[in-house]
Amino acid sequence: MFTSVKTWFEEAGRQDVDLAEAVLRREMKDTGADRDRIRSRIRDALEVMENAVAEGLASEAPSPSGLTGGRARRLVAAGPRLLGETVTTMLSRAIATLEVNARMGLIVAAPTAGAAGVVPGVLLTMREERGWSLDRLVDGMLVAGGVGAVIAQRASIAGAGGGCQAETGSAAAMSAAAVTYLEGGDPEKVGTAISLTLQGMLGLICDPIAGLVEIPCAYRNASAAVQAVACAEMALAGLDFPVTPDEVIDVMGEVGRKMDVRYRETALGGLAATPSGQRIARQAGMPELVQLQRSGRAKGEESARFGPS
Amino acid sequence: MTGLFDILGPTMVGPSSSHTAGACRLGYVVQAIVGGTPERARIGLHGSFAMTGEGHGTKKAIIGGLLGYLPDDERLRTSLEDADARGMDYAFENVDLGEGAHPNSARFDVSLGDERAEILGASIGGGQIRIFEIDGFDVDLTGSLPTLVVNADDVPGTIATLTRMLTDGGVNLATMRVDRTGRGEQALMTIEADAEIPEELIDAMRSQDWVHWIRYVRGLV
Repeated sequence: MFTSVKTWFEEAGRQDVDLAEAVLRREMKDTGADRDRIRSRIRDALEVMENAVAEGLASEAPSPSGLTGGRARRLVAAGPRLLGETVTTMLSRAIATLEVNARMGLIVAAPTAGAAGVVPGVLLTMREERGWSLDRLVDGMLVAGGVGAVIAQRASIAGAGGGCQAETGSAAAMSAAAVTYLEGGDPEKVGTAISLTLQGMLGLICDPIAGLVEIPCAYRNASAAVQAVACAEMALAGLDFPVTPDEVIDVMGEVGRKMDVRYRETALGGLAATPSGQRIARQAGMPELVQLQRSGRAKGEESARFGPS
Repeated sequence: MTGLFDILGPTMVGPSSSHTAGACRLGYVVQAIVGGTPERARIGLHGSFAMTGEGHGTKKAIIGGLLGYLPDDERLRTSLEDADARGMDYAFENVDLGEGAHPNSARFDVSLGDERAEILGASIGGGQIRIFEIDGFDVDLTGSLPTLVVNADDVPGTIATLTRMLTDGGVNLATMRVDRTGRGEQALMTIEADAEIPEELIDAMRSQDWVHWIRYVRGLV
């Protein structure tokens, strides 16, 4: 897939096709898969996303650790107060997906399991709001995938590689680009949506409590969804941003590489290493992790040995 | 190179692409190498697999993989019960494979009938895996592409013969790697192909008298 937003957009211009079609053609060329196969795989992924949201919203069941489960339902039951029903729905869908993930349910890692709630939260909710057809939604997913692929190749989409900015940040940039594109934004506006979204999430660390993909992940997915839609709104309104998407992505990669290993999914720093985080890790049966957190050995390769992705 | 479905996927049972999906793929590739679900399995978990595996269903994922479940199979949740029901004899232990080992490594000692294999592999992120060692031979196998693992006598012409058979059979090779225990002793070849390899072609390769065994791992998407 494309390794820069610039070459992607130029290629679309050269072939006189839109951004989704450019991604589709590139994927066909890279893999030999035909158009229908690629689009049907995306429809399958969307179905899994919808099912995960429905399952998460239908269940009160706690995760094995008890850290999540039933929160999405609680949000819906409380109802919207400040930002209207659309935002509440979107938040609940993002959280529901992560709750299903924590219970070993079926999700789409888009781009990762830890950030799996953002794309469905944003796209399924905005689809209802804006009435996109299923075919158009598939186009939007192609654009989201194009953005994610550029980020994966220029920076990172893994918490272990670049912190949470690389996971929920990437998922938010993918979502914002898809929404902007689906609302008729031209490539310049789509690029602005990517820049705006990602710059707002620069530096976000990955510090999962007890090393589990639950807290803060579920809530970070929810706030990343809001970030994505807010930035799509600004981009569609014609607000501009002076740094190109490739440049912002490169900055994200640089920040990720310089991020202490404690903040890259090792569960040795940040929220995970607070007294509250340590208490939860002990309760979850991870005394060795707590020992490491306390011994302050979070330097170099040794500490990179722990944590999920 | 990153493909579209590396980003819009994989579709998987949660919670972790490395500790769940990758762990499942490791188990899956191990059973494919040994020729089916092992009757007996001893699994050593190293590093982060040992440390945080419990909360990520790593054991369920590995056993599920050994049962032939793929990362998107919801039976992964009940795989330990399923293995018990099938009478599979399995046990886990935490091991220290040393500083050089990948943090998400697992060592397998599995047997099925007369077959026994020792396999070392790791979940390297995003659900992707690598098999680094089979029966003491160094290998580098991803499980993503259709792969042949061939144990043969280290005699002249083996590589040429096998590659010619594959080429004649219309199979395009992606990668090939040979490791041997010593000059004129045994060699282990891992051959990754671009497309599935026909069974009759594999049987023809098996019939060479210098071939001890061949394992075929179907490509995982």
